[in-house]
Amino acid sequence: MASGLNRRALLPGFGLAFGVTIFYVSVMILLPFAALALKAASLSLHEFYETVSSPRVVAALRLSFLTALVAAGINVAFGVPAAWVLSRYSFPGKRLLDAMVDLPFALPTAVAGIALTAMFGPNGWLGAILERLGVKIAFTPAGIVVALVFIGVPFVVRTLQPVIESLDRRVEEAAETLGASPAQVFFRVILPPLVPALLSGFSLAFARGIGEYGSVVFISGNMPMRTEIAPLVIMGKLQQFDYAGATAVAVVLLIVSFIVLSAVRLAEWRAGFWRTGAR
Amino acid sequence: MSGQGRSGMRVGRGLLIGVTVLFFAVFLFAPLVVVFSSALQKGVGYYLAALADPETAAAVRLTLLTTCIAVPVNILFGLCAGWAIARYDFPGKSLLKTVIALPFSVSPVISGLLFVLVYGSGGLIGPWLEAHHIQVIFAVPGIILTTLFVTLPLAAHELIAVLEAQGKEEEEAAWTLGATGRQIFWKITLPKIKWGVFYGVILSTARAMGEFGAVSVVSGHIRGLTNTLPLHIEILYNQYDSVAAFAAATLLALAALATLAAKAVLERRTGLRKDHAAPGAAAAGGEEWTWA
Repeated sequence: MASGLNRRALLPGFGLAFGVTIFYVSVMILLPFAALALKAASLSLHEFYETVSSPRVVAALRLSFLTALVAAGINVAFGVPAAWVLSRYSFPGKRLLDAMVDLPFALPTAVAGIALTAMFGPNGWLGAILERLGVKIAFTPAGIVVALVFIGVPFVVRTLQPVIESLDRRVEEAAETLGASPAQVFFRVILPPLVPALLSGFSLAFARGIGEYGSVVFISGNMPMRTEIAPLVIMGKLQQFDYAGATAVAVVLLIVSFIVLSAVRLAEWRAGFWRTGAR
Repeated sequence: MSGQGRSGMRVGRGLLIGVTVLFFAVFLFAPLVVVFSSALQKGVGYYLAALADPETAAAVRLTLLTTCIAVPVNILFGLCAGWAIARYDFPGKSLLKTVIALPFSVSPVISGLLFVLVYGSGGLIGPWLEAHHIQVIFAVPGIILTTLFVTLPLAAHELIAVLEAQGKEEEEAAWTLGATGRQIFWKITLPKIKWGVFYGVILSTARAMGEFGAVSVVSGHIRGLTNTLPLHIEILYNQYDSVAAFAAATLLALAALATLAAKAVLERRTGLRKDHAAPGAAAAGGEEWTWA
């Protein structure tokens, strides 16, 4: 378009809108992150290492990463059929199921936390059944995984849905007419274009999982070295006014989630490039 | 052969629907049912009495106050950011968008820590605030600030996306024909993006009412004063008054159900279907906004 026209038609309000945006972003986001950076910079490398390598912190970080990884895996395993069913089939109650996918976003994490604990606890209806089978969920790492699976549902399903909806069914039909078995159609026709979305859904659920607090603290039991997650270690240090220690652990968590989320962005960018290239 | 394939497909279809229904039943429906059944465990009278408790009422009031401040402020910011980003070109635009999405990738507890490091004693401006007898951390202003922080990307992401999707041709036509800025906003822009605004309000209201970890760090947990509803639920639960905790939780669960219903109606009415899982890191496929 002619840039001359654009210049004459430059809309009003840029100064105000831009000024408010920059001011608000500076006060609400940049200032807090600057405070964190300053606090982190005030720690010596030795202090930082001492804090982050203490057995309790290492155990908490390992637990947070492992449980988030397992939960994101479970989310993918159930998220693929769920997204498929919601995008492809019509059946009574489908709209209800579809609306419920967003429940973990809408339901406050503390409410989810106490509900899951009541459900999976030794006196809960599901917890009692599982206990009779010799499986303990609440107050074990498995309980943390359960809470993180709940939190992660929408990330995987909502990332996959639009991609499944955009798949061209004629390709599947063509593969079928050419004699491909259902398994072959799934693994060689349907799955490959879903892989980028699967990876982003997995990573988003994982990144959310390592920082999750509210839904986990009730069901985990919070035993140091056993079921204490990394955000809870930060919380504990804050309660003892150990801001330096809290900052050190926070920096580790932030770095990991930024790496994961940047990887998602890169993958999405490449996926977009691949799709337009293929068109 | 083809008949066998078709019946195989039908079995597969049933199996997939079964797996999905079971998964949703255990992880989504059951927790919701547990909230209500646990709250009504000792009868309706006990439930209502638990809700009438003055501390619960105070927590409800604080949660409503926080939400009523955080949501409009973030919508106004979202409109400004959307107007600047979607209507003009300037260097650093994508950096600005990344920064706006930052709070989304921060653990709630770390969000709280960030504000303690600014406004707490020993923080960046904490000593100055203390000298002027202004308390932010362990007081209501801290709760409002952290709620603003965690809900900031939700509204802004929606509004930036909807303004970008709309294009600016109509506004430019009005401007060249002599309309004032105010006329353009009220008569052209707002009617076009009203559903986007509504969507942003829904998403940020749900988050503002339910935020737990971040608010927990800065609240100080003073009963009747700095306890929001989620924090109050935690206190009740930890002192083994679980029926009262679940009674208070039903209020938030009802709000969550209202959110889901509003969202579903909105999506069907406007044909608007999008993922809000990840502001900034949007879904790997498809259009972000599709208008039917």
